[in-house]
Amino acid sequence: MQTLKDLLRRGALAAIAGGIAALFAGNVALAQLAPPPGPTVEAIKRRGTLNCGIDTGVPGFAAQDASGTWKGIDIDYCRALAVAILGDASKSKYTPTTAAARFTVLQSGEIDVLIRDSTLTFTRSTALGLDQVAVNFYAGQGFLVRKALGVSKAADLQGATICTVTGATLELNIADFARSTGARIGTLLFDKAEEAIAAMEAGRCDGYTDDSGSLAGMRSTLKVPADWMVLPELISKEPLGIHIRSGDPRWQKIVFWLDTMLKSAEEFGVTQANADQMKSSKDPFVLRLIGVEGDFGKMLGLDNDFFLRAVKTVGNYGEMYDRHFGPNALDLPRGLNNLWNKGGMHYTLPLR
Amino acid sequence: MHARLKAWAWQGAAVLAVALLATWFAHNLSANLAARGMEVDFSFLAARAGFDIPFRLVEWDSSYPYGWALYVSGVNTLLASALIIVLASALGLLLALMRLSGNPLAAGTARAVIELVRNTPQLVQIVFVYVAVLQVLPPMRNSITWFGGIFLNVRGLYLPSPSGTAYNWILAATVVAVLAAALLWRRLGLAAVPRLVVLPPVLLLGAVLAGFNAAWEYPVLRGFNFVGGTRVPPELLALVLGLGIYTSVFIAEIIRAAIAGIHRGQAEAARSLGLTAHQSMFLVILPQALRILIPPLTSQYLNIIKSTTLGAAIAYPEILQIFARTVLNQSGRAVEVMTLVLGVFLVVNLLTSAAMNAWNRRLMLQGR
Repeated sequence: MQTLKDLLRRGALAAIAGGIAALFAGNVALAQLAPPPGPTVEAIKRRGTLNCGIDTGVPGFAAQDASGTWKGIDIDYCRALAVAILGDASKSKYTPTTAAARFTVLQSGEIDVLIRDSTLTFTRSTALGLDQVAVNFYAGQGFLVRKALGVSKAADLQGATICTVTGATLELNIADFARSTGARIGTLLFDKAEEAIAAMEAGRCDGYTDDSGSLAGMRSTLKVPADWMVLPELISKEPLGIHIRSGDPRWQKIVFWLDTMLKSAEEFGVTQANADQMKSSKDPFVLRLIGVEGDFGKMLGLDNDFFLRAVKTVGNYGEMYDRHFGPNALDLPRGLNNLWNKGGMHYTLPLR
Repeated sequence: MHARLKAWAWQGAAVLAVALLATWFAHNLSANLAARGMEVDFSFLAARAGFDIPFRLVEWDSSYPYGWALYVSGVNTLLASALIIVLASALGLLLALMRLSGNPLAAGTARAVIELVRNTPQLVQIVFVYVAVLQVLPPMRNSITWFGGIFLNVRGLYLPSPSGTAYNWILAATVVAVLAAALLWRRLGLAAVPRLVVLPPVLLLGAVLAGFNAAWEYPVLRGFNFVGGTRVPPELLALVLGLGIYTSVFIAEIIRAAIAGIHRGQAEAARSLGLTAHQSMFLVILPQALRILIPPLTSQYLNIIKSTTLGAAIAYPEILQIFARTVLNQSGRAVEVMTLVLGVFLVVNLLTSAAMNAWNRRLMLQGR
C-alpha cells in the first residue's frame, strides 16, 4: 500500500515537472517563432467579436441598405480585420458613433478600432491619446449648395449660413477659411448629418459642408439631387483614416500592415477573384503578400493566411473603392485615392 | 439613545461608502489618464476657440478663448431656460384652469392635450416642432414683413435693434427705479396703491422713452442673409415651444392637484362672502394652492434647465452643443469639459432651487 502511494506521488511529481518543462520550452519556442499579438487582439479572440466604431450613416463610408446591412469602405475595413483575426467577417460588431462621441467611445475601450471617416490631426494624436494608424481615404472639405444661389466658388459664400455636424474638423476649417479670406460664413451645427441635410433642404441654410467623400454620399440622399451642386474647390486637407487607443503597438502594427496589404494587393494585381490562383505567382512580393512565403502573418502574431482570407472577403483597395465610390455607386473619381503610380497618394511601404 | 446611535452608524457608513466610491473613481481616472499619457489641465480655456457661435446675446468672435465660449453658451442656456419656464408656467396654469372649469369642451381639450403631450418622447416633440417651424416659415426672399422693419422667414425673426448711450442710460435708470420701488413699496407709504397696476406702465413708459432716444439699426437683406438688427433664430423658437409645451402639461397636473388639495370649505366660504368664481379662484384658492405646488414646481423648473441641452439636436447653440461638443472635440479635454458643464448645471440648479425655497418659506410665514 505504502509503495503504491509513493509511486503515485512520484508519478504526479514527475508529471508536473515534465509539464512545467514542456510549457517553458513551448513558451520559448513560441516567443521565437510567433510573438503574442498583443492585449487588444487577445481580448478580441477571447470575446469572439471585433468591436468596430463606424459612422452613423454616410453612404460610401458606412450606411445601412434597405435590408439593414451595413455597407461602405469603412465597413469593408472592419470586415477585413475581423476575418484576418477571427477567420469570420461576420464577427465584426458595429458601433455607430456621432462625430462628437467617437473618440470618447474609443478611449473608453468600448470599441477596438475607430474606422469612421475621421480626419487624422495633431490634437487627436496628442491630446486625445490615440494612435493614427493609416489613411484609408484622402478627402478635402467641400460645399454642397443650392444651384439657384448662383455660387461658383467657396469665396462667393460671403454671408452665407452653412449646415454641418458638430464635433468635427469641419467647423474649424470654415472659421480658418473665413479668417484667411476675410469672408463671413455662418455655421449651424447638428448632431447628425441627416438632421443637417433636412434643415438645409427646408431652407434653413444655404448649403452643407463635409469632406468630399461624405459630401458625395450625402448628396445621394437628397430629395432632388439635381437642385444641388458640389463646389469645385476644397478648403482643407482631410486625410480620413483609422484610429486606435495608444498603448498597444502590436495592434497598431496589425492594423497598419493590413491597410498596407489591401493597397499593395491592388498594386500587384491580387483581387478577390484571383487570390487563390496567385499562390502560383512568380512574384516574390505577391507570394509574401498572400502568405505563401515568409512568415509575415506569424510575425504579426496572426497566422500566415490572414491576408489571403481578408482579400478573398473584401477584395483589394481598388475593388473596395469601386464598390462604394465607383461609377456604379457614388461616381466619385479616384483622384488622390489612386495608387501612387496612377497619380494618386497611396504609396505603400514594401513587404520585405 | 440606542436608536440615535444606530442612525449615526448608518449615516457614517453611507458617508464612508460615498467617499470610497469617489476615491475609486478618482483613482480609476488618474490611472487611465496616466496609461494614455494624459493629464487633467484647465489651461486650454485660455486658448483661441476659432469657431463661430451662430446666436448669442453677448460679444463673441472666433478669436475669443474657449473659456469665453462657456460664458456665451451658458447665457444662451439661461435665456432658453427663462423663456421656457415662463411659457410652461403660463400654459400650465391655463391648462389646469381649463380642466377644472367644468366646461366639457375646455376640460376635454385640456385633457386631450395633456395626455397626448405627456405620453410621447420629449426629443421627438422638439425635433417635430423644429421641422414644423421650418416648414411653415417662408424662404428668405419672401419674408413676412411688418412695419417695414420686422422680418420673419425660415432663418428667424429679424427685429430692429436699438443702441446708443442715451438709450442705455434711460433704460437702466427705469429698470433700477422700478425694481427699487417694487422692493420699498411699503416703506414709501404706498401700501394702499396696488404695485402691479402702477409699475408695469412706468416700465413701459421708460422703454418707449429710451426707444425714442436710441439709434435704431434695421435689418437689411444683403447677399444671402439679413444684416444688422437682432435675430431670433427658429432653433430658439422651436426649443422654447417644444420644451415649453412638454413641461406645461406636467405643471398643469401639479397645479390641478394643488387646487384640488385646497379644502372645499375655502371655495364655499369665498362664494358665501359674495366673491365671484373668478375672484375666489385668484384671491382665495390659488394663493393657498401656491404653497402646495411650489416644491413639485421647483422640480419641473430644474428639469427644464437640464432639458435645454436637448437643443443640441436642433442646432441651438447652448452649453452642451458649444462646450461639450465643439470645445471638447477641438481641445480633446473630455474630463475637464464635462466637469465644467456639470459644475455649471449644478450651480444654476442649486441657485434656482434656493430661490424657489426662499419663495416657499415666505409664503409659509405669511400663512398659518
